[in-house]
Amino acid sequence: MKYALNVFHIESMGTLDGPGIRTVIFLKGCPLRCHYCHNPESWQDQTENWMDHDVLFSLIMKMKPYFKNGGGVTFSGGEPLVQSESLIPLCKRLKAEGIHIALDTSGCMLSPTIKALLEIVDLVILDVKHTEPKAYADLTGGNLAQTLEFLEYIQAIQKPHWIRQVIVPNYNDQERQVLALDSITKSPYRDKIELLAFQSSGMGKWKANSPFMDVVSLNQKTLVKLQDSIKKNV
Amino acid sequence: MISTKTDQGKFRDEHRGFTDGNWTCEVDVRNFILSNITPYTGDESFLEGCTPRTQNLFEKVEALLELEASRDGVLDIDVDHVSSLLSYEPGYIQKEDEIIVGLQTDEPLKRGVNPFGGIRMATQACEAYGKRLSEEVLAQFDYKTTHNEGVFRVYTDEMKTLRRSGVITGLPDAYGRGRIIGDYRRIALYGMDYLIEQKKADKACYAQKPMLEENIRQVEELYKQIDFLNKMIEMAKAYGDDIRKPAKNTREAVQWIYYGYLASIKEQNGAAMSLGRVSSFIDIYAERDLKEGIYSEIQIQEIMDDFVIKLRLARQLRTPDYNQLFAGDPLWITEAIGGISVEGKPLVTKNSFRFLHTLTNLGPAPEPNMTVLWSEKLPEAFKKYCAKISILTDAIQYENDDIMKPVYGDDYGIACCVSAMKLGKEMQFFGARCNLAKTLLMALNGGHDEKNFELIGPQDTVMDDEVLDFDKVWERYDRYLDWICEKYVNTLNIIHFMHDKYAYEKTQMALHDTEVHRFMAFGIAGLSVAADSLSAIKYAKVKPVLNARGFIEDFITEGSFPCYGNDDDRVDAIAVKLTENFIEKLRKHPTYRNATHSLSVLTITSNVVYGKKTGSTPDGRKSGEPFAPGANPMHNRDLNGALASLNSVAKIPYDACRDGISCTFSITPSSLGADMEVQKSNLVTVLDGYFYQKAHHLNVNVLDRNKLIEAMASPNKYPNLTIRVSGYAVHFHRLSREQQLEVINRTFHTAL
Repeated sequence: MKYALNVFHIESMGTLDGPGIRTVIFLKGCPLRCHYCHNPESWQDQTENWMDHDVLFSLIMKMKPYFKNGGGVTFSGGEPLVQSESLIPLCKRLKAEGIHIALDTSGCMLSPTIKALLEIVDLVILDVKHTEPKAYADLTGGNLAQTLEFLEYIQAIQKPHWIRQVIVPNYNDQERQVLALDSITKSPYRDKIELLAFQSSGMGKWKANSPFMDVVSLNQKTLVKLQDSIKKNV
Repeated sequence: MISTKTDQGKFRDEHRGFTDGNWTCEVDVRNFILSNITPYTGDESFLEGCTPRTQNLFEKVEALLELEASRDGVLDIDVDHVSSLLSYEPGYIQKEDEIIVGLQTDEPLKRGVNPFGGIRMATQACEAYGKRLSEEVLAQFDYKTTHNEGVFRVYTDEMKTLRRSGVITGLPDAYGRGRIIGDYRRIALYGMDYLIEQKKADKACYAQKPMLEENIRQVEELYKQIDFLNKMIEMAKAYGDDIRKPAKNTREAVQWIYYGYLASIKEQNGAAMSLGRVSSFIDIYAERDLKEGIYSEIQIQEIMDDFVIKLRLARQLRTPDYNQLFAGDPLWITEAIGGISVEGKPLVTKNSFRFLHTLTNLGPAPEPNMTVLWSEKLPEAFKKYCAKISILTDAIQYENDDIMKPVYGDDYGIACCVSAMKLGKEMQFFGARCNLAKTLLMALNGGHDEKNFELIGPQDTVMDDEVLDFDKVWERYDRYLDWICEKYVNTLNIIHFMHDKYAYEKTQMALHDTEVHRFMAFGIAGLSVAADSLSAIKYAKVKPVLNARGFIEDFITEGSFPCYGNDDDRVDAIAVKLTENFIEKLRKHPTYRNATHSLSVLTITSNVVYGKKTGSTPDGRKSGEPFAPGANPMHNRDLNGALASLNSVAKIPYDACRDGISCTFSITPSSLGADMEVQKSNLVTVLDGYFYQKAHHLNVNVLDRNKLIEAMASPNKYPNLTIRVSGYAVHFHRLSREQQLEVINRTFHTAL
């Protein structure tokens, strides 16, 4: 299955996951089990939807007229790193056509293959889901140390990146938590740090088996306040 | 065409400061523009706000508009006169505050009656609003043949049946055909005396030719044109202006243009009465007057604001039935803004900005129908400004200058929504549209209407195979399309013969060259339904469900099939083929006055009515459900996001559909980008990318569905909420409930 990707969904007009207008390819499969996952179908649904590189390549190339203002393709998920081996040849082809590539990841894995993929992509969007090891594990079922190792690696290879975190009311919405995220991830290669509001509407896909089922959406004011606190944190 | 020199010496004062060119030798507005235009590449920071005068006047207008809305959309009707150039005393909103003057009747928003299209329609329209057409007017029309009567004298039974069944609908056989644009700029540039002189010379020349039917008609038409140019002089005189001479300054240039437009809408109740391409023309006067210190920027904007106020008051009297087809009382006062010259010079001026800026100064509104002629080469600052105004007002449509320019040059206007024509040189015979989905059902049912099983076309067997076979269906459909195209051309030939005979547009045609090129503009509706239905038959299993009489009344569709709107060539190619076949079939049949066949994919708001008249289709659409508007993919079947959807539409070939391919695009603000700067940049990029692929038209709405749902519940809270529908904009509250629901059910592209 080296020359195909297992695809969950394709959005032809993404404007949030990277600069400009982006074709966002959501890939299936993820080792994490975040309580607020927006695409639980990407790992709950066990059916496979393999799409050939040729098909994906031509689909992305058809969108090239819309990539003028910095846009391109974003591989998201699920967790795209799961399919990094197959992503490498496709990304090489896209790079040869001058397409900007972003990788939207939780950084929960690292391997020589993943390192090879990171060499090719232009931008990493790293979702650091929590900055405290226990809370990270509770929230995701994963390991914060792994994400930090990933972060250290992309800093070391001077890869431009964005840092992201979803802010959940009464979970990680304290200013000190946000400032900790800022401090831990500070780097000259970090182009942006972006807080995203938890949306209860996304929980509709969950059918009650998430502890976040009854949490309300984070209000916009709180989000702006937290984002501002980062600006002031010099 | 005959020409005599405009005698530069004679217009020394009016044309002071302008660069000479061919325009000083003959009527050549394009040459005047290209010789004198000052392209503007800067941003909107020079624009001025509303003056107290404008505010004061506009408050008065808003109060009247509110009153109009409270009276079911019609403030008052003058039932005692037949609308024409000199039927009414001059009317004003508030005389001392008006810079640009002229109303259709003696009072603002009072509608005139124009029965030349059909007396029945005029009578019904009066009755619908609790009025009665006066005995005098009725008596006059006892002795007059209307366009409508003429048509029905010649219609065959077959044509009447087709019309009634809804296979071909919206035909302009009971109302004015419209879609003709007078070159109103000629009045400002040359003055009436010169234009009349030219027409008289033409008439003398034609009088020397053999007097056969065609030439006799031409000479009589010239007589009518000259007669109405003279009436226009009288009309302007009543308002205190002498338009025999060219305009001397910006105010006069705008006023002279407006007199031309006003005369046209007094004379004609045409469906679409578009303005043309006046803003950059006016800019030449504005630039000169600013330089000479005659006007300040504030004053120029004030003139433009006042002009637009007048255009927003333009109305025709129509029946509620008509409003079902074309909701929201539109006149399609379409103004084409921007574009690039054939030599590659931007035709964007400061006045392009000022015209769009009226949407800020006076608030969003559907009219005039602002149409930006988009080119990759437009100045970036202008692109961004357009995007901003779109995001804030949802009142702009975009059309691809880069594909229209090779066909229509660089001085074309847009009639109605998407119909390009060289100004003053081309006109069209509007032809409504053929329902492609209903034609498919008729073919499957062997010539019978799928709703009442009446025989409406050539009789054949019902296609009652257990599973429909694509090749067999395609072959059958093709034969029925051949048949319908012949009927369609002949029906339009009758309509336009009679319109020329009984309701000739003398005012507008007087503002054209005498030798004009004519289009006959055919249309199709239900393209996405037909394409998806054929795709279902090809890629899934479609089983017809027969009723007791053996006719197909429904379908069972098993399995999945590609839907138009997902950038999937398997189905998009079917849609492309349908348009190419249709125009080819039309071209086999000769047209009245040798008009060039053209085709549009456009529905206005009639997609709701067409849907109502069409039974269940193989794509899973149930009987009565609305179609998607224009060339749009069916609601919520475009599952891969906005751009995949636009890419499908972009494949419909403009070469087959030279009368326009309409697409309406709705996206939520947050999906367009995180903040205004990003949203502007992304919208510009979407437009560049879409048009780069040779797409033709895009209506842009940036809004949340929830806002529409709220506006439906409490219309009073959103009196000015404007949205683009199919080729034009409407006030949301002026749509019928069904139309509102249809708009709400459209795909709103939302980020995950």
